[in-house]
Amino acid sequence: MTRVLAIMMGAAFILLLATLTLVVMPYLQMSAEAVPPGLKPYTQQELMGRQTYIANGCMYCHSQQPRDPSFASGDRDRGWGRPSVPGDYANDWPHLMGTMRTGPDLFNIGARQPSEDWHLIHLYNPQAVMKGSIMPPYRFLFRHVEKAGPNDKVVNMPPPYGPGSGQLIVTEEGMALVAYLLSLDHTYPAPTLPQAKIDEE
Amino acid sequence: MTPTIALLLIITFLLSTVGLLVLIWSISTNQFSNSQNAARTIFTPGEEGHSEDPAREDTSAYKGDSKAAKEAFTARRVQDQSSKPAVLIWLSSAVFWLLIGSFYGLLASIKMHYPEFMADSQWWTFGRIRPMHLNAVVYGWSSMAGIGAVLFLVPRLFKTPLRGTPYAVTGAIIWNIGVILGLGAINFGLSDGQEWLEFPWQVDFLFVLGGALCAVPLLLTCARRTVEHLYVSSWYFLAALVWFPFLFFIANVPKVFPGATGATVNWWFAHNVLGLWVTPLGIGIAYYIIPKILGRPIISYKLSLIGFWSLALFYSQVGIHHLIGGPIPTWLVTLSIVHSVMMSIPVITVAINHHGTMWGSFGRIKESPTLRFVWIGALMYTATSLQGSLMALRSVNVITHFTHYTIAHAHLGMYAFLSFILFGAIYFIMPRLTDREWPWRRMISLHFWLVAIGILIYFVSLTTAGWLQGLALLDAKTPFLEIVQMTIPYLQARSLGGGLMVAGHIVFVVHFIFMLSRRGAMTQGPTLFRVRTKEISQ
Repeated sequence: MTRVLAIMMGAAFILLLATLTLVVMPYLQMSAEAVPPGLKPYTQQELMGRQTYIANGCMYCHSQQPRDPSFASGDRDRGWGRPSVPGDYANDWPHLMGTMRTGPDLFNIGARQPSEDWHLIHLYNPQAVMKGSIMPPYRFLFRHVEKAGPNDKVVNMPPPYGPGSGQLIVTEEGMALVAYLLSLDHTYPAPTLPQAKIDEE
Repeated sequence: MTPTIALLLIITFLLSTVGLLVLIWSISTNQFSNSQNAARTIFTPGEEGHSEDPAREDTSAYKGDSKAAKEAFTARRVQDQSSKPAVLIWLSSAVFWLLIGSFYGLLASIKMHYPEFMADSQWWTFGRIRPMHLNAVVYGWSSMAGIGAVLFLVPRLFKTPLRGTPYAVTGAIIWNIGVILGLGAINFGLSDGQEWLEFPWQVDFLFVLGGALCAVPLLLTCARRTVEHLYVSSWYFLAALVWFPFLFFIANVPKVFPGATGATVNWWFAHNVLGLWVTPLGIGIAYYIIPKILGRPIISYKLSLIGFWSLALFYSQVGIHHLIGGPIPTWLVTLSIVHSVMMSIPVITVAINHHGTMWGSFGRIKESPTLRFVWIGALMYTATSLQGSLMALRSVNVITHFTHYTIAHAHLGMYAFLSFILFGAIYFIMPRLTDREWPWRRMISLHFWLVAIGILIYFVSLTTAGWLQGLALLDAKTPFLEIVQMTIPYLQARSLGGGLMVAGHIVFVVHFIFMLSRRGAMTQGPTLFRVRTKEISQ
């Protein structure tokens, strides 16, 4: 080849094509997908919790996308829920689907584990409720005080996992994160399922 | 769905028609002529058959035995020196980010099996350290070292001194500021939240600006080229130059792609950074260095042409295999799987060229550090790409997706392939720029064995862990916690491998600093061409 322009134009043309098929077309198709009526918008607090989830990189170990049982039945059998559909993510900016399952899928964690206290204990020290877990503790989302104020949410850690003396209260950030986790409940019926059959191969 | 499929069919039809027209045009305009001559453009007259290997100890050198050959070799010295300031700043920054990035990687690895390790502060929590590792090694180390090597090779490929050096230097400064601000933002919890795109979009502008400034000297130099044929490496570099800004811009435009569409754009971008940015840089460098050190042109220039265009066509559409089984249309996933499997075509053509050129000369990797790193990198490119094609198959992906297997695969690509080639390139380039020998041969050897054994332990342990983890996850009878516990010994082995790699990087960086501070022995004047036998030519 001798022409610089031919190479650069050719390269640009091919990428343009890929953009058309992998960005524009999915965008058009998925924007037209129905949003399930059961999907609730996030509250202000849940959105703040979502930012905490992002800031501390929860998505590097937890996915939010159960797969179709006809493809990977383990996802359903573990109680992670029905396969997700594009409409489930209509309020998600950005998506937090994740690519790792070092920890379990969280698409329906709010339904599976609806206790606020459980989440607070688990975040402060995962070992307290899940002995042998490799999830890091998020102690920085809590504060250790002598005496909790009237508006503080006190966390009662089971011994020996608590701080010993004084009281443990959760920060605004920590409370928001738990609110977000509890909002992860997609057990409502979904109108469309994109994966009708898995038989292409 | 039907209109979508119809649209796909129309596009496919248009594409094949355009492809056919391009083929007819290229044959009629003789684009394919002089193939093997084009493969020889990297040699000066009379140089073919002589090895150029600046990192070797052998001091005898070929400096040209005719007047024309001597002039050509002096011209190349001028070309090498022309790129010196630009290349040095990009490479030095890259080496610095390698150290930082791998330090964060090791830290993240330790935290994975020792969750209490440095767990008290949000600045060191796993979820911030891990993306800092990724972004430091991708945008700091790999991209900067790649650009540095390209800036060095471009004057040689176009046989003219580098023009517009100040642009490249300014570009490097802005790029570095971008990496610093980006990593800082992740550390402060201001990540954009999508893998490979964590840097806040406000910081991304700096990369666009830095990259654009860097493109100026490449294009200026290209415009003044004195070669008729563009060598294979230059196609890859020119294409990467077009692709990266395009990709980076679309993927980082904020608030355009919601939810599930965001996920497709995210993975379309993330895999294209590998396929259309770092891969062309890595392959392009290998296409130059392997034949140069062997003193023998690549075996099939025509094949390299097929390899290049098929890479462009197939690699650009593989990204959605990261969402197999995910909440996106099936046709989209299938399209990416088909393209992932088709990727074996460019991979095999490149493999034939790289390894075919090496055929019969494998003994040379014993004495040449550059060749050892670069060829092993090229070999790992073949391995990781074929593995990637397999991993895109639904039957394999259902096991490997969401597991450590993917992480092992990513490191086979980004490290054993790309970083090895970049190490080799730096061993080749530095003596040319500083007119010094590498001070200690043993340190190169130590660097090699540390990183080679390190990545081997890393890859084997995580691949095993990932496969077992994947099989266990599919069977709900195995409790989740049991799977987590099962992977821990492998995660510890990964930390060991990672520790060896970091140790290797420290050796490499120390050596690099000595080289920069001009502590090596002076080379014998403009000693540019070396031969294996003690051939004395004056």
